[in-house]
Amino acid sequence: MASAGQGRRVLTPEAWGGLRMISPTAVYALLLLAVPLALIFVYSFLTDGYLTIDYIPTLANYTETWTSPVFEKVLLRSLWVSVAVTAATVLTAFPVAYYVSFYVEPSKKSIWLFLITIPFWTSYLIRVFLWLVILGYNGVINSSLMGIGLIDEPITAILYNANSVIITLAHAYAPFAILPIYVALEKIDRSLLEAGRDLGESPFMTFVRVTLPLALPGVVSAIMIVFIPVIGDYVTPSLVGGPEGRMVANLVQLQYLKLDDYPMGSATAVSAMVMVGIALIVGLAQARLFKRVYGALMQSTNAGLAFAAALASAAISLGACALAGLLLGGAFFAMVLAVAAGHLVLLAFLGSKRRARP
Amino acid sequence: MKGGGFKAYAFIYLIFLYAPIVLLPIFAFNNAAIIAFPLSGFTTKWFEALGSEPALWDAAQNSLLVAVSSAILSTALGVFAARASTRYNFPGKAGILGLIMLPLVLPEIILAIALLVMLLGIGMPLSLFTVMLGHVLVCTPFAIAVLSAAFSALDTSLEEASYDLGEGPVSTFWLVILPLVMPGIISSLLITFTISLDEFIMAFFLAGTQTTLPVYIFSQFRFPQAVPVIMALGTILVLLSITLLSIAEYFRRRGIAKTGAKDTGGFL
Repeated sequence: MASAGQGRRVLTPEAWGGLRMISPTAVYALLLLAVPLALIFVYSFLTDGYLTIDYIPTLANYTETWTSPVFEKVLLRSLWVSVAVTAATVLTAFPVAYYVSFYVEPSKKSIWLFLITIPFWTSYLIRVFLWLVILGYNGVINSSLMGIGLIDEPITAILYNANSVIITLAHAYAPFAILPIYVALEKIDRSLLEAGRDLGESPFMTFVRVTLPLALPGVVSAIMIVFIPVIGDYVTPSLVGGPEGRMVANLVQLQYLKLDDYPMGSATAVSAMVMVGIALIVGLAQARLFKRVYGALMQSTNAGLAFAAALASAAISLGACALAGLLLGGAFFAMVLAVAAGHLVLLAFLGSKRRARP
Repeated sequence: MKGGGFKAYAFIYLIFLYAPIVLLPIFAFNNAAIIAFPLSGFTTKWFEALGSEPALWDAAQNSLLVAVSSAILSTALGVFAARASTRYNFPGKAGILGLIMLPLVLPEIILAIALLVMLLGIGMPLSLFTVMLGHVLVCTPFAIAVLSAAFSALDTSLEEASYDLGEGPVSTFWLVILPLVMPGIISSLLITFTISLDEFIMAFFLAGTQTTLPVYIFSQFRFPQAVPVIMALGTILVLLSITLLSIAEYFRRRGIAKTGAKDTGGFL
């Protein structure tokens, strides 16, 4: 009785209405998304018997996964490919988003966005396959380069390896990068830019000091929305990757459908997702650091220096990760964890010193 | 000209985006069994060969069935979620919506294996029905994105006027809200249909012995002699998708114009 009365007081009629309204969709997501995800987490601690599953919890799958040289190689490649794809898509997409937001007439903007999104919705498999035709031995690139006499024999470095995976994925995920950046740019109050110009800044400095910082949230969401799906892509590595381009999803598929070992496959998938989580935390911490260094230096000295310093800080920690991977090999994961922890400590430190914002 | 450099870059970028799609019809009409340059004459025989592939027609029928049911179900679920997220405030709103929108960013292979483990765990046999369950999961976030734009543009005073004139919640929804968001619903149906028709990973893991069109296409890539026919099929599919998406875009814009909101552009 008392608890029911309390429930009434906590939930207003509006809250009830909202919860009732969303319940069909929420229940669907709970049953077919949350429960299955929890299940693979549980499965990753079980053991695959011959025809049955052994229900005694164990960490054996994880020790096997994390000591396996195949997993390490594939995961490192996946991370590296995803970072390259994310960097390539975001850097090449930014000018396009900028053009559509700042130079295209308002009435034509939706046509441009429509044109940009169309390739994303059409026959993913066939588009990926056509990259074989473009990059292949007798492909578009090789035959046209040989036709104009730039090369004597076909380039083979762009097919059936990580390079071809990067090119194909960068193409497939381009709209994902353009749209969030475009949305962030659209939100920028144009009078701020005029103010910048009126106060005597050059167009380039106005861009660096006003537009870029305000577009940063869009860039961050573009990074997240490209990085996570790319690392789990199955089709592209299996069609254009060849043996040298296999990624985590191929390993998961192999364990699930070919070897029929669900617990091992689950452990691989969970491990990969944990690595993605760590990579994202490191990346976001890096973005926050970048912003702080950039902001602090921007106020005191000239902007070029601030930009260089912020880039340098990003390069140093990325370099540290790469170096650790090269030198330590097997201890790579521990090193990445250490770097992530270091970033979090640094962030907490900066957070505690943060001034109140106006 | 203002922004000339950016304009040139944006056009080059569009060419990069469309390069594979432009190549598709070229090879579909090319009179050679090998997909490579130089081209060797015009033919329509690959399109004619489509008629004599019974496995393809089975897969097409399966795909159609799955896509129609996924579109209807995910749009219906999208209507509930979009209405709840734009009209109501309730505890846990961000968390619930976050969970529902999760398939947008989670790698599909993770969703597919998770569903596979659960479905086999409860003993449900793999079939087109399980593929549809997966597709609804993937399509719902897109439906919500399209429908939220339509619902957020609704003027609440219209709804209040309907209540004041003595209509109940159900008839208000039916007579006032639904007609206003109808273009959004049509747009959502078309977009989710297109996504489901093109979706591969879920179908690959959850279809059991039945195949959908993308699974059929993927299996044919292993046979070099089958590839030109796939190019012909791809040409038809791309044309179909572009037509459906253009109609969806038309309705999406009409819906936004109908409720008097500003067009923010894009489906995502």
